[in-house]
Amino acid sequence: MLEVFDLQVSYGAIKALDGVSFSVPRGRIVTLLGANGSGKTTALRAITGLAAPGRGRIVFEGRELQGLPTHEIIRAGIALVPEGRRIFANLTVYDNLLLGAYFRRDQPALARDLDQIYDTFPRLATRRTQAAGTLSGGEQQMLAVGRALMSRPRLLLLDEPSLGLAPLLVKEVFHLITRLNQQGVTILLVEQNAAAALKIAHHGYVLSTGRVVLEGAGAELAAHPQLQPAYLGDEPEAEAPPFSS
Amino acid sequence: MDLLTFLQQLINGLSLGSLYALIAIGYTLVYGILRLINFAHGDLLMVAAYVAVMGVGLFSWPWPAAFGLAVGLTGLMGVLLERGAYRPLRRAPRISLLISAIAASFLLENLALVIYGGRAKPFPVPEMFTGAFVWGGLFVPRLSLIIPLVTGALLAGLFLIIYRTAVGRAMRAIASDLATVSLMGIDVNRIIAFTFLLGSLLAGAGGLLWAMKYPQVNPFMGILPGLKAFIAAVLGGIGNVTGAVLGGLLLGFLEVMIVAFFPAWAGYRDAVAFTLLIVLLLLRPTGLLGEALGEEKL
Repeated sequence: MLEVFDLQVSYGAIKALDGVSFSVPRGRIVTLLGANGSGKTTALRAITGLAAPGRGRIVFEGRELQGLPTHEIIRAGIALVPEGRRIFANLTVYDNLLLGAYFRRDQPALARDLDQIYDTFPRLATRRTQAAGTLSGGEQQMLAVGRALMSRPRLLLLDEPSLGLAPLLVKEVFHLITRLNQQGVTILLVEQNAAAALKIAHHGYVLSTGRVVLEGAGAELAAHPQLQPAYLGDEPEAEAPPFSS
Repeated sequence: MDLLTFLQQLINGLSLGSLYALIAIGYTLVYGILRLINFAHGDLLMVAAYVAVMGVGLFSWPWPAAFGLAVGLTGLMGVLLERGAYRPLRRAPRISLLISAIAASFLLENLALVIYGGRAKPFPVPEMFTGAFVWGGLFVPRLSLIIPLVTGALLAGLFLIIYRTAVGRAMRAIASDLATVSLMGIDVNRIIAFTFLLGSLLAGAGGLLWAMKYPQVNPFMGILPGLKAFIAAVLGGIGNVTGAVLGGLLLGFLEVMIVAFFPAWAGYRDAVAFTLLIVLLLLRPTGLLGEALGEEKL
């Protein structure tokens, strides 16, 4: 469904991604693992057009994405739950969810999807008129996922959805990802929590300093003796600039 | 001062304050989404006034056609400004944008100077906006009633757009977190252009009303009202639309009341307005309804 070939992204003189290739088959959960600064977030930014690749191709359902503006990539059927959630804090929960569906014109189906999201996350339903910034961290994560789902994506990208959540909530989030996948959404998950991610992923890639250093099926990779050294062995390096315009 | 005079001044204050409010909205809308002080905004008043002068005076069009065209072209001019002077600098340091805004302001003023010359032209005020009502001892120019009414109607429309439509929701989302909006499948450039269009249309209407209130049109006529409206926007808390309206009304009332209560100070009304701004900002740096700015917003 998504194929990434030889992707290279630089921030100034720093190569954040240096020839990375991976693929996300339809109906699967694929995870990108790696330490801070390994390039995971940059990969998601490149797929969604937030970072411009210097080289390489990104193909989604046979269509080349590189060079397209972000909003067209989203309209093509991809949604991103960004790192740090990035909900619209001053807007209500309801407004946030509708923004996720901004470009949809199928009103009846849209209303059904909204109901379904309220069913899935009852806490969002009770707080629908509240400013999103007043929600707890876990609720904000639910909102960010709900907002992404409102666009009915065929491919959902998740950037560190477990970051900053209590262990119980982390479990809940991963359970939710599995359930979404069973409902037919293909998932590309970026995580630092390798153990948790590999438990639910069909396939995983480990990035280090902008290159793929390991890959394999989820369970296989989890048992790989080199996973820990490769995963933790990163030296501190340049981080991607903060998510900004 | 007796009640009658007070009432009289209240109406004058409401009329001046509405004008400030109408213009202040444009500053606050643009600041809200781009954190940019659009210094060329005041000059849009002048653009509207000149188009109307040409339409009514030169081509002898009926005034509704000339006024409509003036407002429309002013809206378009605002969009053009964004396209030409601000969009190319979206990723540049904010100071570059500011300088570009000042340059755009000079460009508009000097363009008008070249085209129309420096001599002030009289503004052809349509019959319907002249005259006054006299009730007892109360003298109310018709325009002083029309200005708040028009302003009220336009603001109602604006609030409907901002709070009741999908585009308005996208505008509020941009004000909240510009970088994330494109991830909603929203074309950020279109929403920004639309925001400039709205603010500039209001400035166009404000320019025509201003030109009828002070019927002299010259290339620099937009500077002072623009500056005052900017003060109003800051007073109310820049970025906040309701604040801009409150700030505009407050500034209008204060200016009128100062002159009414202390006629000897009449020549200092602008000085008083700016002093007020300094005092209020010392006491309340975020303005009346402004939120504290986090570092990322600065």
